[in-house]
Amino acid sequence: MIHAAANREIGIDRLPEREQFVRAYRWMLLARTLDDKLASLYRAGKIHGGVFLGRGQEALSVSIGLALRKGDIFAPLIRDLAGRLAFGEPLLDAVRTYLGSPLGPMRGRDGNVHRGRPREGLLPMISHLGAMIAVVNGMLMARRLKGISGTVGVASIGDGATSTGACHEALNQAAVERLPLVLVVANNQYAYSTPTSRQFACADLVDRAPGYGVEGHSVDGTELTECLQVLRRAVAQARAGRGPQLVVARLLRLCGHGEHDDASYVDPKLKDSPLGRDCLKVAENRLLQEGWADATLLEAWRAEAVQQVEEAVATAQREGAPDPYKEDWRALATRHLCEPYLDVT
Amino acid sequence: MSITYLEAIREAQARALAEDPRVFIYGQDVGVFGGAFKATKNLYEQFPGRVIDAPISEDAIIGAAVGAAIEGLRPIVEIQFADFSTTGFNQIINQAATLFWRTQVPCPIVIRLPSGGTSGSGPFHSQCLENLYAHCPGLIVMTPATVEDAYSMLLEAVAIDDPVIFCEHKLLYYHLKAEALPTEALPVGKARLAREGRDMTIVTYGAMLHESLAAATELAAEGYEIEVVDLRTVKPLDTDTVMASVARTGRLLCVGESWPWGGVTAEVIARVVTEGFALLDAPPQRLNAKDTPVPYHPALWAAHRPTSQTIAAAARKLLRL
Repeated sequence: MIHAAANREIGIDRLPEREQFVRAYRWMLLARTLDDKLASLYRAGKIHGGVFLGRGQEALSVSIGLALRKGDIFAPLIRDLAGRLAFGEPLLDAVRTYLGSPLGPMRGRDGNVHRGRPREGLLPMISHLGAMIAVVNGMLMARRLKGISGTVGVASIGDGATSTGACHEALNQAAVERLPLVLVVANNQYAYSTPTSRQFACADLVDRAPGYGVEGHSVDGTELTECLQVLRRAVAQARAGRGPQLVVARLLRLCGHGEHDDASYVDPKLKDSPLGRDCLKVAENRLLQEGWADATLLEAWRAEAVQQVEEAVATAQREGAPDPYKEDWRALATRHLCEPYLDVT
Repeated sequence: MSITYLEAIREAQARALAEDPRVFIYGQDVGVFGGAFKATKNLYEQFPGRVIDAPISEDAIIGAAVGAAIEGLRPIVEIQFADFSTTGFNQIINQAATLFWRTQVPCPIVIRLPSGGTSGSGPFHSQCLENLYAHCPGLIVMTPATVEDAYSMLLEAVAIDDPVIFCEHKLLYYHLKAEALPTEALPVGKARLAREGRDMTIVTYGAMLHESLAAATELAAEGYEIEVVDLRTVKPLDTDTVMASVARTGRLLCVGESWPWGGVTAEVIARVVTEGFALLDAPPQRLNAKDTPVPYHPALWAAHRPTSQTIAAAARKLLRL
C-alpha cells in the first residue's frame, strides 16, 4: 500500500526517477480505480447527486500533489482525485463524502468533490471554482503576515474557470502581492459542453501569463514524465520567491462533465489526436519500456488498488446516513448568536 | 472633546490592531491614503504591514479575507461603498457564509460596508444592503446607529468567530458626535430602547434611528409618547425586546432605509404578527425607501427615503387606527 505521508515528508524530487514515476503511477491507478468504482455506484443508484471523474487528467493532477509538501496549500478542481490522494487526502474522505457518511469530513452537509480539510491545507471547493484562487491567495498572505515563508499554494482550475472575473481578479491580486501561487489550468477542451472556441479567443491560455506579470509554463497533460517535471519546476520557482506561476496543460477530458453526461458533443477528431491519449496508458507504456515494471507487477498493483477501494467503500457503506433529527442546524460558530426564532427543529 | 461616528470606527480599528496581532485591514485606498472616508487614517503608519491596499477586486479581496481567516487571522475588509459589495457577493454568500457549516472551520472576517444615502451620491453610492445579507444563513449583520455602537460593535465584530457584515452609515460619519468612547456596551444581538413611550413603538436601525427620534420629538409636542427601539444588529434580530415594547404600546411602525420588498421591516412585522397578534391594537405598519434605485438629485433623494416628516405622518395615521 502507498502512503501520501511518505512523499510529503521527504520531497519526491529527492527520489530516483523510477521511484518517482512509480509512485505517481500508483496514485493515478488508485484514482482511476476509485473513479471507476464511483461510476458503477452512480449507475447503481447508490450515490446522491453527481459524480465527477478525473479520467484523462490524472497525470497532471498527480504531479500537483507530488510537487507539494506538507504545509503547502491545494485547492483542487473536480477532476483532481489523483492529486488529492498524492497530497495526502485519505481515500476514505473521498468515499465517505460521495456516499454521504456522517463520519466523512463534510458529514453529509456537502457531497462528492466538495470536500476538504482547510486546516490541513486542502480546500473544499465551492462550485464557483474561480473563487477558490483568492482564498489560496489569502492563506498565502496570512502566512507572510505571520512570518511563515517557504510554503506554496496551488489552485487548480479548468479552461472554463479562466473566463470568470474571479480568476482574473485573483491572478492579478497574486501578481500584485507577488505570492507563491501556482495556478494550474487543465485545458481539457470543454467546459461542460462548451468548446474552447466559445471560451476564449487567444491562441493559448499560457499567453496570458506576461499580461499578468507572472511566469507561464505549458505542458502536455497526457505525458506523466513531462507533467512531473513542469509542476516540480513551477512549484520550486514559486517556493523560491519568483512570484505566481501559471501552468497550462493540454489534454482531453476522457469522460462526461459528470457521469450524467454522455459527452456526445466531444469532437471525434480530438479523441483520435495526441490530446486524446489516456495518460494512464501512456505512463504504463513507459513503465514497461524502461523495465520499471512488468505485466505481473502491474497486475499486482491493480489488484492492490481494487482492494483498497473495495475496503473503503465497504467501510463507508456500513456507516449509514446523517440523522436530520440529530443534526445541528446552526450555521454560525457563535452559537448564541443563532436566532432561536429561526430554529425550526 | 468630542468624537464622531467615523472617528469611532477608526479608533475601534486602531484598538483592534493594537490589541490583537491577528487583525489586519485590507481594502482599496486604505493604506497611505487612509481610505475614501479616512476611516483608516494614519493606521498604515501606526501598524506597518498590516494595513494593505488592494486592487479594485472585491471578489478577490473578500476571497483573500476568507483564506486569511482559515489561517487564523482576523481580517477587516473595507469595501469602499456598500454598493460595491455586490461584486464580492459570491465570496460573501457562498464562501464566507458557508465555510463554518460545511467544514467546522470558523470564518472570523469583518466586512465594513459604508452604507446609505447622502445627498447627491446617486444610485451606486447610496445603497443599504443589509436585507440582502441578512437573508443568507451564516452571516451576522450589524447596523450601528450611534457613535458608541459604531465603536463597541466594531470591536465585537472583530472578536466574533463568524463573518460580520458591518453596515456603517455614511450620513452619520461626520455630524454624529459623542463626548467620549464608551467603556461598556450592550451584548451583540441585543436591541436598545432608544426612547421610552406608551402610545406606539417604532422599530428601526441605522440612520433611520435619528429620523425616528426626531419624529418622536415632534409627536411629543402633540401629546403622543412614542417608544423607539434601535435594533443595532438586524441579524440576529432581538425579537424579545421588540415584542416587549409592542406589549406596552399595542402599535408598531417599522422604519428602514432600504427597499420595501421583504427585508428587516417585513421580518419584524412577520414575527410580531405571528407571535404577538393579540398584543396589537392596530395593524402594524412599515415605512421604507421607495422601490426605485436611489436618486441623485437632492430634491428626489430627500423624498426617496423615510424622513422625520414622513415617519411622523405614518405614525399619526397609525395612532388614529
